[in-house]
Amino acid sequence: MDGQTAIKVEGICKSFKETKALQDINLEIKHGEIFGLIGPDGAGKTSLFRILTTLSLADSGKASVNGLDVVDGYAGIRRSIGYMPGHFALYQDLSVEENLNFYATVFGTTVAENYDTIKDIYSQIEMFKDRKARDLSGGMKQKLALCCALVHKPDVLFLDEPTTGVDAVSRKEFWAMLGRIKDSGVTIMVSTPYMDEASLCDRIALILAGKIIDKGTPADIISRYPHRLFAIRGGNMFRILKELKVHEGIIRCSSFGCECHVAVTDNGPDASSLLDILEKSGMQGCRVEAIQAGIEDCFIGLS
Amino acid sequence: MKEVTAFIKKEFMHIFRDRRTTLIVLVMPVVQIILFGFAISTEVHDAKVDIVGDPGDPSVQQVVRSIRHNRYLELGEFLNSPSEVNGRIRKGQTMAAICFEDRFDVKLAKEGTASITIISDGADPNSAQIVTSYIKGVIASEQFTVSSSMTGGSQAMRPNVQLMYNPAMNSSYNFVPGVMGLILMLICSMMTSVSIVREKEMGTLELVLVSPVKPFWIILSKLTPYLVLSVVNFISILLLAVYVMDVPVNGSLALLSLVALIFVGSSLGLGLLVSVISSTQQTAMLLCGMGLTMPTMMLSGLIFPCESMPVALQLFSDIIPAKWFIIMVKKIMIQGAGLTSIIKELGILSGMMVFLLWFSIKKFKTRLS
Amino acid sequence: METREKTVEIRNLVKKFGNFTAVNNISFDVYKGEIFGFLGANGAGKTTAIRILCGLSLPTSGEGTVAGFSINNQQEDIKKHIGYMSQRFSLYSDLKVWENIELFGGIYGLDDKQIALKTDSMLKALDLEDSRNMYVRDMPLGWKQKLAFSIAMVHDPQVVFLDEPTGGVDPVTRRNFWEMIYEAASRGVTVFVTTHYMDEAEYCDRVSVMVDGVVEALGAPAELKKLYSAANMDEVFTKIAGRAERE
Repeated sequence: MDGQTAIKVEGICKSFKETKALQDINLEIKHGEIFGLIGPDGAGKTSLFRILTTLSLADSGKASVNGLDVVDGYAGIRRSIGYMPGHFALYQDLSVEENLNFYATVFGTTVAENYDTIKDIYSQIEMFKDRKARDLSGGMKQKLALCCALVHKPDVLFLDEPTTGVDAVSRKEFWAMLGRIKDSGVTIMVSTPYMDEASLCDRIALILAGKIIDKGTPADIISRYPHRLFAIRGGNMFRILKELKVHEGIIRCSSFGCECHVAVTDNGPDASSLLDILEKSGMQGCRVEAIQAGIEDCFIGLS
Repeated sequence: MKEVTAFIKKEFMHIFRDRRTTLIVLVMPVVQIILFGFAISTEVHDAKVDIVGDPGDPSVQQVVRSIRHNRYLELGEFLNSPSEVNGRIRKGQTMAAICFEDRFDVKLAKEGTASITIISDGADPNSAQIVTSYIKGVIASEQFTVSSSMTGGSQAMRPNVQLMYNPAMNSSYNFVPGVMGLILMLICSMMTSVSIVREKEMGTLELVLVSPVKPFWIILSKLTPYLVLSVVNFISILLLAVYVMDVPVNGSLALLSLVALIFVGSSLGLGLLVSVISSTQQTAMLLCGMGLTMPTMMLSGLIFPCESMPVALQLFSDIIPAKWFIIMVKKIMIQGAGLTSIIKELGILSGMMVFLLWFSIKKFKTRLS
Repeated sequence: METREKTVEIRNLVKKFGNFTAVNNISFDVYKGEIFGFLGANGAGKTTAIRILCGLSLPTSGEGTVAGFSINNQQEDIKKHIGYMSQRFSLYSDLKVWENIELFGGIYGLDDKQIALKTDSMLKALDLEDSRNMYVRDMPLGWKQKLAFSIAMVHDPQVVFLDEPTGGVDPVTRRNFWEMIYEAASRGVTVFVTTHYMDEAEYCDRVSVMVDGVVEALGAPAELKKLYSAANMDEVFTKIAGRAERE
């Protein structure tokens, strides 16, 4: 194992009764990168996080964090990682400051000692330090949880769906904070169901139904997209979808906000013939242009 | 070590920030004692007792005098024949009647024995039994004076039940040890298990387990606050018992405290076990309420005496820690028994404590699944 | 536009909790068959407003009607004529698929015959005929949400409120879900939906953005993009909600 690798996952499998939560997962996460595990709820993200944070045992396969095995070296791992579970897991009846002090002490440190590590985030909620955690807004709770996960200066930070249910603006702020944490040398493994957050990670893995369906840098994954892709703007989205779905040479069309993305085979229709099809069925004024795929196109293509 | 103190401090914050929990923990013992002591008391106060017999008889006069002096009984009317008693009981004018045989003193002097009949209201068997035993007590104490003043010897009068240690049948003697057992068990098992399961539900246990603090210390710091609270409760119940309920502590206070501590230990073990089994606070509450409290109330001898249970239930009651605790508390507080006479029960309870704590700590998962 | 039938009409709605004003004087109309996106940052007052519209909470002041009934004094009638589905609570996971349909059908006063018919047609439409005896907890999230949506419509409500219906759902199922929304709207059902996916905001006929208890912007996605000179709804939202004072 070389010094570059922070987290290594080899052939991890995990089942709950009949459900195969994880099937043969292999990943390698480098020191100092933001690694995104991207997939919908129920794909197995939390199961994998629990195995890596030593909270749960895999049925088979091996995994290590910072060179320590997740089974044999669990005590060492627990000392060097920070973890933010998917749900808000702080003491609701304790104040902001009390929560932070508690986690600092439990991890054998003090807030003062590591104030630099959390200053950037804590300063945003410090004015509410006497407020009970239950009275905080979603965004502030999230910041407090992040502070608590960071307060002992971990080498590796595990964030399980930190942005689920958070509005678009707060999500952007959160990712900006992650970027600064990464710059201080912390390895971050983060999971998210939002495909648009993929581009903010250094490398990602797409996970669906317990399997990794693709992994690499976002650019790698996009470059592997196998089809030609067109975006159609204007006109009634759901009429366009209905019309094009049945057409030959069209693999798939999906709505993307105000656009409709159409994946076509190599000898399928091009931009002008797509426009023809639409106009023939009475939809005027649409614009069609060839585009590059995004992560969400890739995910849809792979699922 | 600092981790553990931080943990314990946090636990106390949970308790005192939730007004309901604080109330349960600190007020419940007092309320229970008062409730049992005054409202649900099985004692009978100022029960009217009629006398059938010649008011001029010296024996009758002596019995009348002691009924007048008895704080639980009150003198009713003098009746001429036992046939009048029925009507008076039915109308609720009296609780019971003492019927002296015709020409009681004469017969006693001549034949050396004479009979007394006690009639009481069997429609209310509990009170009837208690009043009857009060009367028996009165007559029994009278027996000595009566017989000493006469030549008939000590067998002169028949009823001779003697209640040692609790002549007045003060029901506090029964419920104080019982309530003490119940409350210590509730605080230790229910509060402990609910507080651990709450962290499970909230997901905070996940975070704490990921920390370098060893699970054993997490358990210890979860148990400590409830141990402390039990001590507070033990002291408050004891103070109430002695100063409000007039229950004596005849035996050694140190021994009593030791017994209580061992019982608290076994209850904490039970609480931990419940928290291992249950995944929601409701399950933990139900398990403690139905699975621990009910059997303790029913089978530990608090309400029904163990001796009158079917053999199967008696055997089952043997595995309830509270039963042994209550037996020992009664022996120490009321009989003033020493270590030697409770050694068997103490051994059983200590064994239970060690097993429960060992088993539940072993079963406590250091991981989630 | 003005000639269309209004199914939701809100005037000067205010809701205060103590001295905190969660909803501060909002007014808007929603028309029959419209897909109305109700956006806002966390804590902007969306949930409070939706609770009032669903008849679960009374406004401090202001008035309005939902499905023709007053939010001030006909709350029970409102509940009978709307459907509600939220991401957090939708179905009983320890009941089977058909049992959930039967339960909610019963709750909304359908008789046995109607329930039987509804169950069959619903399972067919969702392609769940083979799964009628499946426990809801064993279903993938996407299926669950689609079933929950259908069940929210079991009594043919005039308005259906969807609170983050697609949170955490995979991209393909998310799009299927929106096709169901479109289908419902085309049948004349008014759809009132909240979401954190800004691409979904584009699918709405009109969108309102709440900031600090006030409706800061209201209009068709195209209008809003033009107004805020933004390329997409994400930018629009960032520009509007980024000004929020309170959290």
